[in-house]
Amino acid sequence: MACDQWQGKLDAYVDGELDPAEVRALGAHLPGCPTCAADILERVQLKRSVHTAGKRYAASPELRNRISKIIPAKPRRQMGWYWQILAIPALLLLFISVAVNFYMGRESARRQRVYSELADLHVAALASALPVDVISTDRHTVKPWFQGKIPFTFNLPELQGSPFTLIGGRVTYLAQAPGAHLIYQVRKHEISVFIFQEFGADAANLPSGPVHAVSFNAESWTQNGLRYFVIGDTGREDILALSKLLRDAG
Amino acid sequence: MKVPEQPVSAVAFDELAMPLFDQLYNFARWLTQDTAEAEDLVQETYTKALRGFSSFQAGTNFRAWMYRILRNSFLSSRTGLKVTVALDEGADESVLPAEHATPESILIEQANREAVQQALSDLPVPFREILLLCEVEEMSYQEIAEALSIPIGTVMSRLFRARKALRDLLRRQQGGRHGM
Repeated sequence: MACDQWQGKLDAYVDGELDPAEVRALGAHLPGCPTCAADILERVQLKRSVHTAGKRYAASPELRNRISKIIPAKPRRQMGWYWQILAIPALLLLFISVAVNFYMGRESARRQRVYSELADLHVAALASALPVDVISTDRHTVKPWFQGKIPFTFNLPELQGSPFTLIGGRVTYLAQAPGAHLIYQVRKHEISVFIFQEFGADAANLPSGPVHAVSFNAESWTQNGLRYFVIGDTGREDILALSKLLRDAG
Repeated sequence: MKVPEQPVSAVAFDELAMPLFDQLYNFARWLTQDTAEAEDLVQETYTKALRGFSSFQAGTNFRAWMYRILRNSFLSSRTGLKVTVALDEGADESVLPAEHATPESILIEQANREAVQQALSDLPVPFREILLLCEVEEMSYQEIAEALSIPIGTVMSRLFRARKALRDLLRRQQGGRHGM
């Protein structure tokens, strides 16, 4: 039988619940007390026996499956605040890119439509028995002819020393807006120049720059509130050269 | 077992609860002494725990919380109501008796695994459960107090009485065997 002093504390000792000071004191006591040592040994053995014997029953895999189905199958970590902070710009970026794509798509379709229409006007004029309503190589004849026919005026370039010849002009319409359609010739090729008010036509808001559309070369720009289109089946150099002459005159 | 002290929101329920599955079943099976009842009890425990997970206080002992749910579910079950023997809790609080005959080490050494299992089964539920929590689950007194909803002083005295009862049963078993 253990010493009276330690009798009530041996369980706490083997359970690891005795405070450190008492553990030290007991450690000093044990070498000189076989009774307490034997008592502790017995308690440890009982603990060990119960530990082994108590691990007796194993659950069936079916029960584990059943339980797994009750609780969320995957670890559902709540998204941290940093994810939310990242998610907002990511969504914003996605939205913007979708919007830009959509706008670009629409813009590109609109651009295509306008150039198709201009190409049609160009071809229709050339196919017509009367391609132009005012036939003159003289810009000083052609320009005044448009007065009162279109709601704006424009300047035409001096063509001397250039390969271009003015054939004449006619009034045309693009998206219900009136404009001037001038036809130039270079080495048997006809080039159409369309001039519209910048805000008068749907086409006026198109981006400037060279275009290769429906097998025609084209150039477009805005100048003094007017939108110019130069379109023809000649090479790009001719289109750009005529465009430069028109720009310089405008 | 050290339970991570993280905010509840950051830790998924299954990450905490599923590792306890095997030991909870073992405990439930010891309490109910019946496979089907133990399975129902474990399932009920997980269902209740999942439902009440938001009320679980982060930083407190999750394992003890799970065992408390299981035990309370058991106590309110038909079997639990039947087998719960009212302990003389007054005796729990009394000064620990000093009598402890030795040498019993020989006795325990001879007691095989089946004999200890039989003795555990024969113990009243309050003794059985506290021995399982202390020896099998290796819970601290504090954890046991939380799981059983009793003060630490009661844990110590009940544990003492449970061990004494177990020794008595083993001694009786051995005595019976020697007597044959």
